Amino acid sequence: MMDVQNVTKNYGQTVVVNNVSLPIEKGKMTACIGPNGAGKSTLLEMVSRLIPQDTGHIYLDGKEVKSWKKGEFAKRLSVLKQTNQMTVRLTVRELVSFGRFPYTKGRLNSKCHEIIDSSLSYLGLSELQNRYIDTLSGGQLQRAMIAMVLCQDTDYILLDEPLNNLDMSFGVQMMQTLRSLVDELGKTVITVVHDINFAASYADNIVAMKEGQLFASGPVDKMITKSVLDDLYDMDVEIIENKGKKYCLYYIN
Amino acid sequence: MERIAQKTQGNYKWYMIVMLVALILISIFTGVSDIRLSNLLSLTDTQKLVLLTSRIPRTFSLVLAGSTLAVSGLLMQQLTQNKFVSPTTAGTLASARLGIVIAVIFFSHSSLAYKTGLAFVFSLIGTFTFILFVRTVKLKNAVMIPLVGLMFGNIISSFSTYLAVQYEVVQNASSWLQGNFALISSENYQLLLLSVPLLIFIISLAHYFTILGLGRDVSLELGVPYGLLEFIGITIVSLATTAVILTAGSIPFVGIVVPNLVSIKKGDHFQKVLLPTAFSGALFLLITDIISRTMIYPYEIPIGVVIGVVGSVLFLYLLLRGESE
Repeated sequence: MMDVQNVTKNYGQTVVVNNVSLPIEKGKMTACIGPNGAGKSTLLEMVSRLIPQDTGHIYLDGKEVKSWKKGEFAKRLSVLKQTNQMTVRLTVRELVSFGRFPYTKGRLNSKCHEIIDSSLSYLGLSELQNRYIDTLSGGQLQRAMIAMVLCQDTDYILLDEPLNNLDMSFGVQMMQTLRSLVDELGKTVITVVHDINFAASYADNIVAMKEGQLFASGPVDKMITKSVLDDLYDMDVEIIENKGKKYCLYYIN
Repeated sequence: MERIAQKTQGNYKWYMIVMLVALILISIFTGVSDIRLSNLLSLTDTQKLVLLTSRIPRTFSLVLAGSTLAVSGLLMQQLTQNKFVSPTTAGTLASARLGIVIAVIFFSHSSLAYKTGLAFVFSLIGTFTFILFVRTVKLKNAVMIPLVGLMFGNIISSFSTYLAVQYEVVQNASSWLQGNFALISSENYQLLLLSVPLLIFIISLAHYFTILGLGRDVSLELGVPYGLLEFIGITIVSLATTAVILTAGSIPFVGIVVPNLVSIKKGDHFQKVLLPTAFSGALFLLITDIISRTMIYPYEIPIGVVIGVVGSVLFLYLLLRGESE
């Protein structure tokens, strides 16, 4: 269980995240949506302890995140930020194996190799494992980064726009993979998504942020409604239903 | 597949070791005084003296200095995630030199301890200044960083030169400007031994430095104390650079050229390239030193000049290569 209470972050005069409180359900996929600059990534960074919050508290499994030991925290929660271009010459396997660092500090044992192998095959990277990552396409690199996070074997997995750089087909594959992490492996996945329809189709819960504040949150059904989305994006969003799933149309406004 | 890869890896390792041993022998038996491997057992007293007080310490220093400089460069590249940062291009060398000049001027009985201490403190400050600068001023082009660093180093150097001229210690100071192994004897190379524990320390922390190469966020995400390790890394590099510069003078480019050439062949996994880089650094200095001793035999060109020429050509090649990618 993850609990965010009254968290605020300022950069100089600008309030980036303003008094946000929300519980995050364990064993579910939560998608974080909202316009650009709403503070989604900043919130994610605070939750994953990459930056400190100015005020408020964040609890992971009942204990405040900043009081966790570094090594222990890294076994509980992993985070993948927007993949910046990686220029280091590492092989895919080497990169993925770094996910085992919190457990073995670089001295890989046979169990590590098993987990690395299964993470690689889970993301369809077995064939590519000896390729240097600077020769991969954007989508392949993205999958390699996810494999590394998977290798870290944490209960909580936080992702910042994992669909970046991915075409439609890989986007679907990525969301299916995340879904199966939740359904098959019991992980808690929290992901920032820009494509609202991916969020609507795959997530359990949706957290909507706007101008640094929590705009609304709840299960997908309650959130994917015209009243919520129109105000969230200041757009005219049409909701259609197809085979029991809701989709948003907003392309012509 | 895997097994073949391992086998070539093994061959490669042996190849390096054979090369190193061969070059060490060539280095020891190169020089004006005629000493040959074949009459090693029937040396005259003078020959023995030359061998023990000059030749062996020199070769030994070359090996240590080469591997130390190469590994220092590799470590700095890992810490800054920039392939072109090294003691030469981050102001470390120049700052250490300033420290020595100040020690010579203001502590005129300058014992080695003063020089070492001041050189170390200055190189530490200089390197941190540069790294903070690089972090604050986000340079768009990675290639700009080493060029800015070279400028930074030159500004510090000009200040050292000014001080040296003002206080009439130019001769003394210029001996630190140009790397030279000719003056090394069994009396004065001990400081370089400091690099042995430093290298061992780097090896023992190698798994952390490997992660650091992926940047701050990934490091923190994996539970690695980024700031602390960055500090430790820079301290090690400054100490190692100080040890080398006080023994042999400033030797440019080794820290950039060697790690980059190794990386082209073997990738960027710090833990895996650490030893090959150390080996290659030693080889690089042994070769350039042999060149500097034989080009105008029986005289010597300072090794700094030879490396300046060879290194800058290789550096330009790497810069242009980086640019085209």
